Amino acid sequence: MARLSGLQREVLSLYRQCLREIRKKPTVRITLPRWETSWAEFQKHLSVNKKDFGAVEYLLRKGHRQLEMYASPGIRNIR
Amino acid sequence: MASLRSTSRLFAAASRPLFRPAAFARSYATVEATQTVEPSPSENPNMKTFKVYRWNPDTPTEKPTMQSYQLDLNKTGPMMLDALIRIKNELDPTLTFRRSCREGICGSCAMNIDGVNTLACLCRIPTQANSESRIYPLPHTYVVKDLVPDLTLFYKQYKSIKPYLQRDTPTEDGLEYRQSPEDRKKLDGLYECILCACCSTSCPSYWWNSEEYLGPAILLQSYRWLADSRDERTAERKAALDNSMSVYRCHTILNCTRTCPKGLNPGRAIAETKKMLAA
Repeated sequence: MARLSGLQREVLSLYRQCLREIRKKPTVRITLPRWETSWAEFQKHLSVNKKDFGAVEYLLRKGHRQLEMYASPGIRNIR
Repeated sequence: MASLRSTSRLFAAASRPLFRPAAFARSYATVEATQTVEPSPSENPNMKTFKVYRWNPDTPTEKPTMQSYQLDLNKTGPMMLDALIRIKNELDPTLTFRRSCREGICGSCAMNIDGVNTLACLCRIPTQANSESRIYPLPHTYVVKDLVPDLTLFYKQYKSIKPYLQRDTPTEDGLEYRQSPEDRKKLDGLYECILCACCSTSCPSYWWNSEEYLGPAILLQSYRWLADSRDERTAERKAALDNSMSVYRCHTILNCTRTCPKGLNPGRAIAETKKMLAA
């Protein structure tokens, strides 16, 4: 596998953070396979060019913001 | 029921001309009420071009663009916000911006107009019709959409300075905490800040160090609590500021004072803070 750029590694780390957070939410795990919830969100933007730094950075920021919100202990499930 | 309704309508129709002649009925809040009295303004339209920053988060791969709108100034209110509202109402409903009070009290409509950070509701439209106006979101902020900046970090920093009265000892009579008129005077020029973020986003020092440097708006608020005679945690507040980043990234560029739409002086507040820290 080719060496990943810094931005690509950031995207992967965000995805792994998402998986880790889902593990803490038992109700999400019952309704969906663990990876599916966040995978759909990442899948949506697979067509973004890896050189389009502005777009990727925006999506990363958005992802972090959403993760921060969903990770708060009050939230049990997303519909 | 039907008869009731028809009589009330009759009554309303009869009473309307008494209070408001039909000529003064307004279609838009921004349109001059005297339109039908004077010769129609469309005879000699005073057209002006507004170039507005557009960016849609739903299509992140598309680059931001400048979109032009033509407005007749004779039919538009005097302020930039009037023009923006009219563009949204009549030309392009997809244009996005924050606005609320339209009188410079809420700080929602802060944006960069013709290169100066200001409130759209306090900024007059330049009257030379041949020139064009350029409207951008606040510089060096992440854009949420069009003219809406992401101020999350700004509010987080505001929270970090604990902007509330911290006091343990009650007053002798158990009533409110009193202040002498001299002590109250120290807060003039500080309490008026509406946290519109115009000054912080105009500060080059804040552009490069926004993670750690608090920025003029937050430092002004911080000084507002340092200067308050009723607050008892002055030492604690000073200790929180006493590092190389929080205050001392201010290099007295004074863009903040020049740009403040409320005419306040964050530069002076920061200087006073530095004096308090040095003493």
